[in-house]
This record gives sequence, structure tokens and C-alpha cells, in this order.
Amino acid sequence: MSQPSLQSPATQTAHLGPFSRFLKATEIDTRLLGMIGALLLIWIGFHLYGVLVNGFGAFLTPRNLWNLTVQTSSIGIMATGMVLVIVTRNIDLSVGSLLGFCAMIMGILQVWILPKYLGLGDPMIWGLTCLAGVALGTLIGAFHGWLIAYLTIPAFIVTLGGLLVWRGAAFLVARGETISPVDATFALLGGGPYGSIGATGSWLVCGLGCLVIIWMLVGGRRSRMQHAFPLRPMWAEYFLGLLGCGIVIAATLVVNAYPWPKGIVRQYAERNGITVPEEGLFISHGFAIPVLILLAVGICMSVLMSRTRFGRYVYAIGGNPDAAELSGINTRWMKVKIFALMGFLTGLSSVVASARLNSATNSLGTLDELYVIAAAVIGGTSLAGGVGTIYGAIIGALVMQSLQTGMVLIGFDAAIQNIVVGGVLVLAVYLDILYRRGTK
Amino acid sequence: MARTGTPLVELRDISISFGGIKAVDHVTVDLYPGEVVGLLGHNGAGKSTLIKCLSGAYKADAGEILINGKPVDINNPRDARAHNIETIYQTLALADNLDAASNLFLGRELVNSMGFVDDSSMEAETRKIMGRLNPNFRKFNVPVSALSGGQRQSVAIARAVYFNAKILIMDEPTAALGPHETQMVAELIQELKAQGLGIFLIEHDIHNVMKLCDRASVMKNGQLVGTVNVNEVTDEDILGMIILGKTPAQAA
Ligand SMILES: Nc1ncnc2c1ncn2[C@@H]1O[C@H](COP(=O)(O)OP(=O)(O)O)[C@@H](O)[C@H]1O
Ligand SMILES: [Mg+2]
Repeated sequence: MSQPSLQSPATQTAHLGPFSRFLKATEIDTRLLGMIGALLLIWIGFHLYGVLVNGFGAFLTPRNLWNLTVQTSSIGIMATGMVLVIVTRNIDLSVGSLLGFCAMIMGILQVWILPKYLGLGDPMIWGLTCLAGVALGTLIGAFHGWLIAYLTIPAFIVTLGGLLVWRGAAFLVARGETISPVDATFALLGGGPYGSIGATGSWLVCGLGCLVIIWMLVGGRRSRMQHAFPLRPMWAEYFLGLLGCGIVIAATLVVNAYPWPKGIVRQYAERNGITVPEEGLFISHGFAIPVLILLAVGICMSVLMSRTRFGRYVYAIGGNPDAAELSGINTRWMKVKIFALMGFLTGLSSVVASARLNSATNSLGTLDELYVIAAAVIGGTSLAGGVGTIYGAIIGALVMQSLQTGMVLIGFDAAIQNIVVGGVLVLAVYLDILYRRGTK
Repeated sequence: MARTGTPLVELRDISISFGGIKAVDHVTVDLYPGEVVGLLGHNGAGKSTLIKCLSGAYKADAGEILINGKPVDINNPRDARAHNIETIYQTLALADNLDAASNLFLGRELVNSMGFVDDSSMEAETRKIMGRLNPNFRKFNVPVSALSGGQRQSVAIARAVYFNAKILIMDEPTAALGPHETQMVAELIQELKAQGLGIFLIEHDIHNVMKLCDRASVMKNGQLVGTVNVNEVTDEDILGMIILGKTPAQAA
């Protein structure tokens, strides 16, 4: 049995131009590059528009970028789950309503029920509430999945029904009342000055992030060496390491450059008996908790999709459902699990969204299903199935939120925002089709 | 090859219909260890449907499946795999968006100590087996949609032979292959047969049938025409069975 000879990367790439050679050596996905390019273009475009037209560029400021990440969290968390749903050739139209329903139940639980038994502000309240919210989301998602997989009702219909049912249920359980304020600890999960981890915490997260990046690069190289696979050139490894760590450090610098507002500083100082000096006190926000939740979800979901059997089966079902079934994959049970996971993430997103609003309203999450689907699709998830990435969906969510925030900053009204976001969705999918044709 | 003792596989009186069509109609075939049984017949005769009852893709409406003389229940492909039955489907059954290694190990991924899929080990194993089956194969890191028909077929073959099957089902395994690759598959079949596997081979090329098979079972319109020992008949006899639906004795 002869080991097939491995061509060295050098001979393979001899005929390519310098940029293609660079991409090949670093193994950077050109699609990812395109998405990040589009994102930067949007950011710089809005900033320049502000500079030129309003005389003040408000977009590329720590304050705006920090808000942008917080506003992206809720949609971003759900978009990672929508990737799995769409990759397996399904759709979930119910996430917005389900988010509203979970938020309502959590609101009732933490405002009307739990304080009666535990006492107002009891430290158990927020934990129990979150647990109930994600458990409810998971159960309802699994129920949708069961209807789709075992009763073979199309996902479109089941979740269209869900869209109506759960919005209606959200209204019924509280007769349309808005429930607020939520538990004080619970509210921290939505961000805000107190719901952020501050400068020191952010630097810790930054250090951890850099360590993980280096560990992944070293581990990957070691595993390739073990099996005598072609290696990336050493300079490419250093470049990737520096780029990865650079981005993490830059993000940390940005969120740490956004100080608490004066009022909050005064309040905080009074409570803690600190005297505020004449020139004010600079307290950094740092990373907001919902953003950290999104990051954690993104990492876990990426690992799930690329490193576990479950993820492999998701892609296989999307690529060829019959082949997946013939390979012994229990595709029905997989579907239940996928929708349960979507429900779990919707529950989690519901925690973030209602905490950020500091209340549960009947309309929370309205139209979210469309933004979530759009985020996944802008991020490269193909409705034909089999193709899609977690990071793509998160960037897709960021692209959409950037468009919206940018238009608010330069004073476009809601009608124009909708027109632009809709247009961008269609354009993004068209570009994706062109890209795939080009790389075939 | 002497056929003594209990057969490795017996498909007894299998019937299955789709809507009004009787795709397989009371068919009985068997297979002994170290034997290649050819399943022949026109398109639509019911060959693929019959073997899908054994591979777990379909559940027969009636009939019995016996493995080593014991009746078994095969309700899905997982059950078939548990009985060491491997199948190369006519459609290949590959997930186009995954690479060769992911397809080869689909449903049986190698995992490391932490339970994560071990892509490097799977690729290394895939390189090993492809080095044996198709030494020209180089496209390990692209989705199989980017492969030629022959390359895809070799991935499907590799998947069936990698896991030490005892019973191998090959549904037109050489359909997309050139003459050189077809010859390699023929050699592979002879090698596997020598190792004692039982092989159901669905094949249209009568010369390959005469060369590779010990027995041939011919089907027409879902029914079994008959089973013959290949070394006792001519290729004309077999063609006659396929076309006329009569055994040589009846035809004479
Ligand atoms: N899943 C199915 N649904 C409906 N009819 C089918 C299905 N599978 C096979 N058939 C029918 O059963 C008959 C036998 O088909 P098949 O087993 O594929 O034939 P062969 O493999 O011998 O060419 C054909 O008439 C075919 O149309
Ligand atoms: Mg067939």
C-alpha cells in the first residue's frame, strides 16, 4: 500500500499571482474576506457621510460601535441557530413570536410570581427566570421539530402557525400588559453601564481570546504535522496569529474607550462613597454582557458545527437528505434536535432582549424572524441547503444592524431603512450567487 | 465455490409495492460466503428495490430476511450496518457538499478522546484506502461535487469496503467508470470474494457478469425469472432470460 505523494504547496501555487498566493498560504476564506470588506465599507461610508454632510462623523466612535455590538446580540444569537435550520433545508418563521412569548413568561415569573415566594430582589430570581425562559424555548422548538419531522408537516407551515400562535399566547398570558421593571440582576444581561464588565475584565477576556487563537494555530499545525499533511508557511501562521490577536486587542481598546455617562458615574460614586474629581471620572464600559453571550454562543456553535458529529450530520442532511438517511443518520431525530436548539437560542435571545428593554412587552421580537433569516442569508447560508457558517451569520447580523444604526445616525426614517435593508438582502444573495458561480 | 451449510443471506419471498406498482413480487434469492451473486434485469425490473430491502433503505411489505440462518429485522440503514452489510447505491448516496473523508466516515466518524470529530485521522485513513483503490485520487480537501463521476464512484466504493463488511451490495458500481477503473473494481471484487465476503452485484455488462459472478439471478417486472450457475450457462442463455423472461431449460 503506497502512500500517495503529497504535492508541496510551493509547486501548487507557482502559477498564481501574489494576492492569490497570499490567500492560499494563509487559507483565508475569500468569502469571509468579502463580507468583512463589505462591513468596513458600510462603516466607513456612514462615517464619511456624517463628516461631509453633518460635519461630524458619528459612526466610527467608541460609543456607536459599542452600541452596535449590543444591538446586534439578540438577532446574532438567533441567527447562529437559523443557520442550522436553513442548512437542513428548513425555515423557522416563529422565532420572533417565540421570543416575545418567552419574554412574557419570564416577565411574569420574575415580576409577579417569584418575588412572592422568594422576596423582591432575591439572587435566585434571575437564574430561575433565565432557566425557565431557555427551557420553555427549547421545549417549544422541540415541539415544532416533532411536528415537522414525525408528522411531516412542512416547516414553513408549522412555524408560520407558530408565528401566530406564540404572538397570540404572549398577549393572552398578560392580557397585553407591559411587565416592568425586570429583576435588577436580570437587567444586567441586557448590557448598559452596569451590565458591562469594565476595563480590567475586558483585558482579561482579551488575553483569553489571544491565548485561544494561538492555541488553535499551534494545535492545528501540530495535528497536520502528525499526519504529514501540507503545512502553512511559517510567515502565514505568524500573520494569522498577529491578525487574530490584533482584532481582539483593537476591539478591547474600542469598548474600553467608551466611558460611562456622567450621570451614572455620579450615581455610582455616591453609592460607593467616592468623590468625583473636578475633571470627572473615566470609567470604561468594556465588553457588554450580551455581547459576551453572543461571542460564547458563536464559539460554541462553531465548534458544534465543525468539530462534532451533530454538526457534520447537519451539513450532510442539507447536502443530500437521502444520503444522510442511508448513512444511518436518524434524520428525523436530528430535525427535532435542530429545532430544539433553535428554540433554546431564541429563549436565550429573549433573555437578552427583555433585559435590555428592562421590560417584557407584547410586541417584543416582532419581525425578528425576518431579520434573523436575513442575517443568516446575508452571511452566506444557502436556502438550497448544505451551505452556511456560524461566523457568516453573525457578520450578517452585524451588517444589517450597521445599516440600520448608520441610517438612524444620518437621520433617515424607518421607511427608508426598510427599503435599504430589503435591497441589501437581495443584492447580497445575488453577489453570493455570482461568487459561487465564479469559484465552481 | 461449493455452496454448503447455511447461506450468509437469504431473502425469502420478498414483496414490496409503491402505490399500485409491484416493484418486487415474491422474490427469493440467497448468498453464500465467498460468493458473488449477480442480479440482472432490465431497468425497472426491481433489482435496486430488492437490495434496498436488505440495506435498510426500504422495509419489505412481506417476506423474510435471514442472516446466517437467523431471521433478522432490518428497519433502517443502521440495522443493516450493524449486521455488517455495506452498500454501494446506484445513486452513490454522497453528500455533495462534504469532502471525501467526511462522506467515507458519514455516520461513523472517528472521534478523539474529547468526542470531537478527528478530521485529520479520517483524512489520513481516506488517503490510505484511496491509495489502494484509486491511486490517482488527489482531491481530498474539496466537496465531492467537484469530483468526476469516476472519482465519486471510487469514494462510494471506498466507503463500502473500508468498514470490513461481511455482506457487500454493489448496485452498478462501474456505471461511471472508464475501462481501466472498471478493471480495478473487478480485481477488488475478486479480492474481497477471496476474503470470504458475500457480494450481491448488480451489473449490466454481461462479460463482467460471466467473469465475476458465481450465480446470476434474473428479474423481470419485479418477479424472479430464475437463478443459474454462471459456469453452467452461456452469456446467450442469460441474455435470453433477461429479454424473454424464461430460464434456459424453459426456453429450450
Ligand atoms: N421510491 C419509489 N417510489 C415509487 N416507485 C418506485 C420507487 N422505487 C422504485 N420504484 C419503481 O419500482 C420499479 C423497480 O425499480 P428499480 O428497483 O429501481 O429497478 P432496477 O434497479 O431494476 O432498474 C420501477 O417501476 C420503479 O419506478
Ligand atoms: Mg437500479
